Amino acid sequence: MYSNETTQKVTWHKACHVDDIPEDGGGCALIDGRQIAIFNFSRRGEWFATDNQCPHRQQMAVSRGMIGSQDGEPKVACPFHKKTFSLQTGKCLNDENYEIGTFPVMVKENLVYIGI
Amino acid sequence: MNSIRNIRIVVAGNGMVGYKFCEKLLARKKTEQHFEVTVFGEEPREAYDRVHLSEFFAGKSADDLSLACRDWYAENNILLLLSDPVVDIDREQKCVRSHHGHVVYYDYLILATGSGAFVPSIPGVEKEGVFVYRTIEDLELIQSHAAKSKKGAVLGGGLLGLEAAKALLDLGLQEAHVVEFAPRLMPRQIDEAGSRTLQNQLESLGLQVHLAKSTQEITGGDCIEGMLFADGSLLEVDMLVISAGIRPRDELAKIAGLETHPRGGIVVNNHLQTSDPNIFAIGECALAHHMIYGLIAPGYEMAEVVVAKLTGGEKEFLPFDMSTKLKLIGTDVASFGDAFIEEPTCKTIRYENKAKGIYKRVNVSEDGKTLLGGILVGDASQYNMLLQTFKNKTILPPDPEDLILGSRGGEEAGAGVMSFPDDALICSCEAVTKGMLCHEIGEFGHHTVDALKKSCKAGTGCGGCVPLVKDIIAGVMNQKGVYLRNVVCEHFNYSRQELLDLVKMNGLKTYGAVLDEFGKGDGCEVCKPLVASLLASLWNENILQKDRAPIQDSNDRYLANIQKGGTYSVVPRIPGGEITPEKLIVIGEVAQKYGLYTKITGGQRIDMFGAHLGDLPNIWEELIDAGFESGHAYGKSLRTVKSCVGSTWCRFGVQDSVSFAIEVEDRYKGLRSPHKLKSAVSGCIRECAEAQSKDFGIIATEKGWNLYVCGNGGSKPQHAQLLATDVDKETCIRLIDRFLMFYIKTADPLTRTATWLNKMEGGINYLKAVVVEDSLGIAAELENDIQQLIDVYQCEWKEVVQNPELRKRFTHFVNTPEKDPTVEFDSMRGQKKAAEWV
Ligand SMILES: Cc1cc2nc3c(=O)[nH]c(=O)nc-3n(C[C@H](O)[C@H](O)[C@H](O)COP(=O)(O)OP(=O)(O)OC[C@H]3O[C@@H](n4cnc5c(N)ncnc54)[C@H](O)[C@@H]3O)c2cc1C
Ligand code: FES
Repeated sequence: MYSNETTQKVTWHKACHVDDIPEDGGGCALIDGRQIAIFNFSRRGEWFATDNQCPHRQQMAVSRGMIGSQDGEPKVACPFHKKTFSLQTGKCLNDENYEIGTFPVMVKENLVYIGI
Repeated sequence: MNSIRNIRIVVAGNGMVGYKFCEKLLARKKTEQHFEVTVFGEEPREAYDRVHLSEFFAGKSADDLSLACRDWYAENNILLLLSDPVVDIDREQKCVRSHHGHVVYYDYLILATGSGAFVPSIPGVEKEGVFVYRTIEDLELIQSHAAKSKKGAVLGGGLLGLEAAKALLDLGLQEAHVVEFAPRLMPRQIDEAGSRTLQNQLESLGLQVHLAKSTQEITGGDCIEGMLFADGSLLEVDMLVISAGIRPRDELAKIAGLETHPRGGIVVNNHLQTSDPNIFAIGECALAHHMIYGLIAPGYEMAEVVVAKLTGGEKEFLPFDMSTKLKLIGTDVASFGDAFIEEPTCKTIRYENKAKGIYKRVNVSEDGKTLLGGILVGDASQYNMLLQTFKNKTILPPDPEDLILGSRGGEEAGAGVMSFPDDALICSCEAVTKGMLCHEIGEFGHHTVDALKKSCKAGTGCGGCVPLVKDIIAGVMNQKGVYLRNVVCEHFNYSRQELLDLVKMNGLKTYGAVLDEFGKGDGCEVCKPLVASLLASLWNENILQKDRAPIQDSNDRYLANIQKGGTYSVVPRIPGGEITPEKLIVIGEVAQKYGLYTKITGGQRIDMFGAHLGDLPNIWEELIDAGFESGHAYGKSLRTVKSCVGSTWCRFGVQDSVSFAIEVEDRYKGLRSPHKLKSAVSGCIRECAEAQSKDFGIIATEKGWNLYVCGNGGSKPQHAQLLATDVDKETCIRLIDRFLMFYIKTADPLTRTATWLNKMEGGINYLKAVVVEDSLGIAAELENDIQQLIDVYQCEWKEVVQNPELRKRFTHFVNTPEKDPTVEFDSMRGQKKAAEWV
């Protein structure tokens, strides 16, 4: 199952088992030394991945943030100061100065892969 | 178009008014008219908000205070030359010369040179440690000198002097003195009774006030050591801020031969023209209607008048209302209109409450119909309303005393803001009227203060009008039939209380179910924790079970407070602050083992900081084995019940406060509520546990216990109010049961009990009626509901420690047991601390 389309060529990295990420929640995987936040948005039947570092105060905490939607756009709120980022574009929805990286996710045989 | 030459404008002074002139000029710019603007500023930085200068000490940077960044000037083709004052004007050639030698020709010259602090010629004023209070540089100097000083004084007990004196206190000086020449404080704004009340209030804040003191000499060597007064007395100080009035900067005008007033100020007419019609003066350097207007609103109005003139409009500067509300001095002071007018020309109504430090006076016309002026000390919450009532000559209610006492019939006193005429000036800094606001709100849909700040600048000056702007928003929405209900967010069209009732009636226990039944979309960071808190308040089931973990705020989700750097704190419950030596040792050992910083909290327990997410279950396992329980420091729930040692040891104690505190803490531990709850029990009226600053506090009496509710410490201190007197323990608990459950059921999210009570119609009397007299007939239900919650209490951490599924979630990475390698600590006084934000 695909949740994000991508045209760039990416390398898929195995991140974790689907059970490692709580439903409608997130977790962080270490991939090639890089911290990636992975979200299991089960309510929408979608998976998302972003940088784990919040660009606001450089805190490694995005995966511990709460997910939800704003006008239908899926988003995550950093637990520190509630900067919220679109899970689709990575753009910060309440402060145009910030943006985080997003990554494609693939789920195959109960394993979660991230494309970097 | 080519035939029209650009109009050249030179502005001398890049202060608040000089900047506002530029801003207004650009906003009004017509296509066929082009301005070439050059601004000279003496200060090294672009214009900043001087009115809020003192906030520099509270951590605002020069950038935060800046009115517009450098780029703004460049983008708008304004040539800005800083650190470069104008030193000469050649009125024949129509050009100015600057300190650095720039010569610029003008068609119109705008003098906006402001004013400087007036420094009286007392011997010794040149000594080190003597300052004025006007620019960011002044404040930087004061700040660095204060760091090595103990005793500071301010010369001048006026508006600015008191602000400066409060700043000295906040800078941490051991003593802060105010020295005033007149026999009372703020003699020009408030009357004698007002001065007295103000003085009492300031003294209770720790300021020392010296009246009728004429300073003869500033003593010391190179550095100030004291102030010698005419009566022979000496005040030892190691720093002094002079705030003895302002002196208009008219020296440039004088050099140019423009008319100035002997006591200072550039003389201007109603169009703000100086004696040379091509030269204007605006702001604090200008003397209009025989006076210097030392406030920002008239300065902005002057800028407006000149811009109108230059762009072909006609506007005059009329005598301006000088009402003032003082901020930042720790107590409210305001005066408006004719504050001093006496009977028989008017009727004066006075209200004084010595205990609370409040003095209010309003002067009403003889026929009782209009408000002429007034003074408010200690509580100026009605200031905006009164000011508008005065300015708009609104007809007063039949009992004008309601204006200051608040009507006792329940309805809001005075005429509401919606009864003001459309041309009522609401934001005097930006000249925004009620009609303009209604239009912006009604026609353009700007429903929030922020939106209005952007669309019409209302509220961006001194900020004093913001409460009124809010009232107008609510008023307009109301008229349109849109009631501003506090709905949760875009996913739930209900208020918290409505949602609570719905969830309860339908017996819903998961977030998914609540969203399916009553919401739409996918939820968000606002409604998730709110529903989480409702579910916890209703059923008290473990907050991490079922689908509830990811809907908890980060702190609740990991049952610990997230700290700077991403580590967590660990706070075990220590009921009543009583702890055995054995348990103390365990805390020490655990902290040592996991490398935690330890600190004793204000709530009489011990915080451990710096725990890695992955260590939390192990840490808690050890604590729980030693008999500790979760302290819920992370939750919106009961924190601590503080106690003094009471009759078991204290020779004054009349009751056993520690035992009662432990009983109360054990009873309500884990109870989830709209906001955190704090409590305390004192063993006698000496009140060592500070119970009156708590959400509910208990004080022992000879006959039993007094129960106080809805107090608050922290940033908005508020004394708790007495709910019941001399009750026995059982009654006391029963009343707390009812009180807490009533709060849980009716308060908005994140509302502390103090705010909840402040918003409650009928206030403490109503609360008493409901809780003590059971006027709503719900007491039994409240008691029953809370008992159910108490019965199912379990320590959340114990459940996590024992449950491998839950425990598994406490790791930083899902694919490796490593800890977060980016976590960094600094060290301080032999312990660790979180690395600074970057
Ligand atoms: C601490 C403090 C608190 C205050 N609180 C309030 C308040 O609560 N409410 C209120 O209404 N008002 C308040 N005021 C007053 C308010 O700040 C002034 O009314 C306002 O700043 C006046 O603006 P201005 O542009 O006329 O003068 P300024 O802001 O002083 O600007 C004048 C500028 O011109 C420069 N200048 C002087 N000569 C030359 C020259 N020859 N060439 C070039 N530049 C020159 C000066 O260096 C200065 O930067 C407060 C003032 C202070 C200091
Ligand atoms: S660190 Fe993420 S919002 Fe501040």
